[in-house]
Amino acid sequence: MSKLESSFQVLPKRLEARADYDVERVRQAFPILAESIYGKPLIYLDSAATSQKPQVVIDAMSRFFLKENANVHRGVHYLSVRATEAYDQARAKVQGFLNAEHVEDIVFVRGTTEAVNLVAQTYGKVHVQAGDEVLISAMEHHSNIVPWQMLCEQTGARLRVAPINDAGELQLAELERLIGPRTKLVAVAHVSNVLGTVNPIQRIVQLAHAWGARVLVDGAQAAPHLQVDVQALDCDFYALSGHKMYGPTGIGVLYGRRELLEAMPPYQGGGDMILSVSFEKTLYNKPPYRFEAGTPNMVGAIGLGAAIDFLAALGPKAIAAHEQGVLAYGQRALAAVPGLRLIGTAADKVGVLAFVLDGIHPHDIGTILDREGIAIRTGHHCAQPLLQRFGLAATARASLGCYSREQDIDALVAGLAKVQELFR
Amino acid sequence: MNVDLRDLYQEVIIDHGRHPRNFRALKGATHTAEGFNPLCGDQLRIYLKLTDGLISDIAFQGSGCVISQASASLLTQAVKGQKPEQALALFDRVHALLTEGPNAQQTPPELGKLAVLAGVWEFPVRVKCATLAWHTLRSALAGEPQVSTE
Repeated sequence: MSKLESSFQVLPKRLEARADYDVERVRQAFPILAESIYGKPLIYLDSAATSQKPQVVIDAMSRFFLKENANVHRGVHYLSVRATEAYDQARAKVQGFLNAEHVEDIVFVRGTTEAVNLVAQTYGKVHVQAGDEVLISAMEHHSNIVPWQMLCEQTGARLRVAPINDAGELQLAELERLIGPRTKLVAVAHVSNVLGTVNPIQRIVQLAHAWGARVLVDGAQAAPHLQVDVQALDCDFYALSGHKMYGPTGIGVLYGRRELLEAMPPYQGGGDMILSVSFEKTLYNKPPYRFEAGTPNMVGAIGLGAAIDFLAALGPKAIAAHEQGVLAYGQRALAAVPGLRLIGTAADKVGVLAFVLDGIHPHDIGTILDREGIAIRTGHHCAQPLLQRFGLAATARASLGCYSREQDIDALVAGLAKVQELFR
Repeated sequence: MNVDLRDLYQEVIIDHGRHPRNFRALKGATHTAEGFNPLCGDQLRIYLKLTDGLISDIAFQGSGCVISQASASLLTQAVKGQKPEQALALFDRVHALLTEGPNAQQTPPELGKLAVLAGVWEFPVRVKCATLAWHTLRSALAGEPQVSTE
């Protein structure tokens, strides 16, 4: 039985779960989805690049600017106290979202990229030395490759890469073989931004911890689709970006295990990250503030908090069930397009349909679909080594969100027929 | 079919894009350069042979969209047999056509087949696809090994 057939076998159960998920109502929460592009209704299939924003997130951010704006952790005045409360509340919402043990385990950063760089340049600088190894996977985004390459260059450590199979699944036996006494850090995506593959994080953590290696999980593509529980995963660091999960850009999260954060040196110097400063000696603040130098992205954190409330109201399980239905429909519909090859056919995957068309470059597909009002991503998706693994320089990628519908897939398939007509 | 899409994807462009001319490595090349478009991952290498002050032969290899491949293919046909300074003057003309549009200048007759690239101007995100080969040509003539459109 093919992978596609096996994924259809579980459909009836998922369809049942979808019965009370009203996607049209969900769509009404996103004002931008009513927009027209070149006079055609917007078909947004680029949520893996960035998700759209619900009205509640937009409102929370504008309310902060309209009624609550002041700097946090500074003033004794009313607004500063209110702003600090709102910022702290956002941190508590993230703690709940990730099921972190302590609210202090949550560090606000600009996004996943900054979270990975922070760990590489603080934890990594202290614990990774010449001759040590950092292990990543072949499906990583550039943001989970380059910071480790930089660390390896600085320290003389070696970057190792765990391979994947043709379906786009991590080869666990190979990964296990690559982990050893030299491995200090394993950095791996929870969900691949190109393949949609869901990696078995719990198992990877077990394998790494058996050798005393720490694990950083890039959760940018997982947070909008999966229920994330950092304690159940038992990972040491977890990174995510607000804008991929219906929140604003410029805000992200680094979760870190408390004892690790407490032992880490600061990332950047400045205000808010200190206890006291003299020209002779500065005492650093405790986590998370030690890692949040300067005035933080307050409105970003508040928007992220509103996005977390929005996700909770829809229900992560209901969203996942709905998206699985659209994904299965999309896999079937795209597989029927002549000359189309799906890239990433893992048994356990979410949210992403990457593909190539015989004889037509993805960039041309993207331009022609754009004129139909259909937004997809084309190119290497910041994962050039992964694409090289499949012998490709670029793919087209349609990605899903909580507002995606089977109709969007139908529009995509109709658009692809126009692409093929133009290139006939 | 969408009218402005046909402006971009003209028959000549699709023909050259799918069946590029002079698509090969060039033995005995005196100049070569590699061009990248980091945004979309397009990559191409241009080889040329200067003999007695003329571009006596030119070829390219690479991968990219139909616009980038067609532009490179048309380029090789256009500059073969020219002096380097003529090729550089053509670079300026094509660059102006792509970035300022056909109305910014009188499309001179010597642009010939290259005039089919005019439609790209209406698709700003695709301009770099069309200019990649031309930047690579300029680098090759200047003796620079690599160029990026960013």
